[in-house]
Amino acid sequence: MNRERRIPRKELPPEERVKNFDEVAIGYMKEEAIEEAKRCLQCREPRCMKGCPVGINIPKFIRAVKEEDFVRAIKIIKENNFLPSVTGRVCPQENQCEGSCLLGKKFEPVAIGALERFVADWARDNNIIEKPEVKVSNGKKVAIVGSGPSGLTCGAYLANLGYSVKIFETLHKAGGVLAYGIPSFRLPDSVVEAEVEYVKSLGVEIEIDVLIGRIFDLKELFQNGYGAIFLGTGAGLPRFPDVPGENLNGIYSANEFLFRVNLMKAHLFPEYDTPIKIGRKVVVIGAGNVTMDSARVARRLGRDVTVVYRRTEVEMPARKEEVEHGKQEGLEFRFLVSPVAFYGDEQGNVKIMRCIKMKLGEPDASGRRRPEPVEGSEFDMNVDTVIIAIGQSPNRLIPMSTRDLQITRRGTIVVDEHEKTSIEGVFAGGDATTGQATVIAAMGSGKRAAESIHRYLSSK
Amino acid sequence: MHEIFKKRSLAPGYTFFVIKSPRIAKKIEPGQFVIVRVHEKGERIPMTISDFDREKGTLNMVVSQVGKTSRLLASLEPGERILNMLGPLGIPSDIESFGNVVTICRQGTAGALYSIIKALKKAGNRVTCIMGAKSRDYLVLENEIGAVVDELIIATDDGSRGVKGYAVSALREYLKKNQVDYILTIGSSKMMKTVGKIGKKYGIKTKASLGAIMLDGTGMCGACRVTVKGNTRFACMDGPEFDADEVNFNELIRRQSFFKEEERLAMELFEEGI
Repeated sequence: MNRERRIPRKELPPEERVKNFDEVAIGYMKEEAIEEAKRCLQCREPRCMKGCPVGINIPKFIRAVKEEDFVRAIKIIKENNFLPSVTGRVCPQENQCEGSCLLGKKFEPVAIGALERFVADWARDNNIIEKPEVKVSNGKKVAIVGSGPSGLTCGAYLANLGYSVKIFETLHKAGGVLAYGIPSFRLPDSVVEAEVEYVKSLGVEIEIDVLIGRIFDLKELFQNGYGAIFLGTGAGLPRFPDVPGENLNGIYSANEFLFRVNLMKAHLFPEYDTPIKIGRKVVVIGAGNVTMDSARVARRLGRDVTVVYRRTEVEMPARKEEVEHGKQEGLEFRFLVSPVAFYGDEQGNVKIMRCIKMKLGEPDASGRRRPEPVEGSEFDMNVDTVIIAIGQSPNRLIPMSTRDLQITRRGTIVVDEHEKTSIEGVFAGGDATTGQATVIAAMGSGKRAAESIHRYLSSK
Repeated sequence: MHEIFKKRSLAPGYTFFVIKSPRIAKKIEPGQFVIVRVHEKGERIPMTISDFDREKGTLNMVVSQVGKTSRLLASLEPGERILNMLGPLGIPSDIESFGNVVTICRQGTAGALYSIIKALKKAGNRVTCIMGAKSRDYLVLENEIGAVVDELIIATDDGSRGVKGYAVSALREYLKKNQVDYILTIGSSKMMKTVGKIGKKYGIKTKASLGAIMLDGTGMCGACRVTVKGNTRFACMDGPEFDADEVNFNELIRRQSFFKEEERLAMELFEEGI
């Protein structure tokens, strides 16, 4: 056993993977997982667990892997995480469990994410569906708005506690951002579908094509017998830079671009009916995970792709792994550059992006150095397609249709530490309350909200 | 849910449906719309609703067969279901007591006007409808709208019914002789742009109901963004109705035609049975 270095995780070679949407990271084989599990120090006071937003008993499940008892391992994981195939893939482990791993102080941290994924995939491949003991139905109904990570988690917990749970989803497919946002080379559709099926198998009902705020408002949900409501409506409203020409043809929000490809399968047009149009030179503006997802999707559609960011690589909020993967796949990067205007041809198709160079000034509220324009440094870039990935704001339909629901100036729903909103019986979590964040953070708040809803309904 | 209850042909290329959809029928207001998807590999497209019956739980829809999806939709028979339908979407139409109101449409877009006209009538307005069409064979809901409005003016390109010429010419004529307080137009962006200009010239409040490309219909994709008074707005959430003279119609027309080649290809393959 090698304490210093982790068992390397295999990946599809870049030249192969840019030609398809197959998953980039290949999971551990059984032997590899066991070898990696042996590296764990089994700390008495595990720091890794403190770094986990849903509090998985990490040393315990790794020990089970080491002992080749994968059934026990999945049981341990599922005590605290209902979507391990998802989190094993998309969690920023480097900032969480693995970032806190004691071994990581000196050597490479234990590959906790890869182990979690191995266990979850092994269980799925072997049809081992470990369900926690479901308490007897208590006859109480809870409504959940949105079937993304926070809603699925909240619903699964409450179903386990004996509640009758219904999730209302606006789109025609469940999963929220897991379905429309994250591309299949990071999170295959089959994984999302299986996790959604698992949550349903716990007794959670999911109804698609229902727009809460229009079909039922929150008051009507209470009238329909729901004792509590959880709002997991996400941050799905694309932000635009507010510069001239931003509505020219060929300028997409990252949401539109990803929605077309991930959910509607536009890259398979005309077999699928939704089209996507993408020119030769693609520019993606932004620096987060959604930016990287968009850029890597565009690359898979066979285009020259440049990521344009107003700060430098150091400040990029995207996971390092995603940036590295993107580089391997041939993405270009232009740092310290920001768009100031777009110009199009006679048909209104974008052709030129006028940019200004930036320099880093004093740190701002986020602790990152603030980008400042360099006067007189404007220059033009030739572009055929632009994808704007500079962030998303919370969906506004529920706040619009719900008086008394307190929201912040940024549009996030105000909650206390127990995920309670300003309306009695209404709870919220995920990106709807925090603004755009991670899948696991949303799951953590879904879990907290479930506990809070349980306390609330038990005391009634 | 979303079962086709009744179906009839209105004109070549125009199909009328009554759809059992009690939840949406209970909540929808005139001017709101839905998004439909008709098969597992299908796209999501916005559709207007021509009327609704809250008691019976039904929606009426006029389908203009302009592309593959609308053709597939129109091919559904009574008893079959629309795979997915989301709504009601958008902000309801402004229904106030304006006074003298003129509504103006062409062929299939009469469908989108019908429930709005009824509501405007109920609010105490005197309502005129100017209806344009290629010929008398392409008039849609002529009798239905004729039965609710105070005045129906028909303009056909070939003069086979009503006055000869475009609906906008009929509007110009009408405004020369009549005092009008409010104009609502639903039609092609080109027509609505002209109506907006005419309305502005006469100083009449004029609204246009825009037909933009949409995916989710709830503000997530931004495909439907439109410049109104210099600001980016989303037709799905902030519209579909906007002050006609404030809409950048040239941009909207370009955005609407962005996927023209793809739409034509999909239609060709569909017609060849592929």
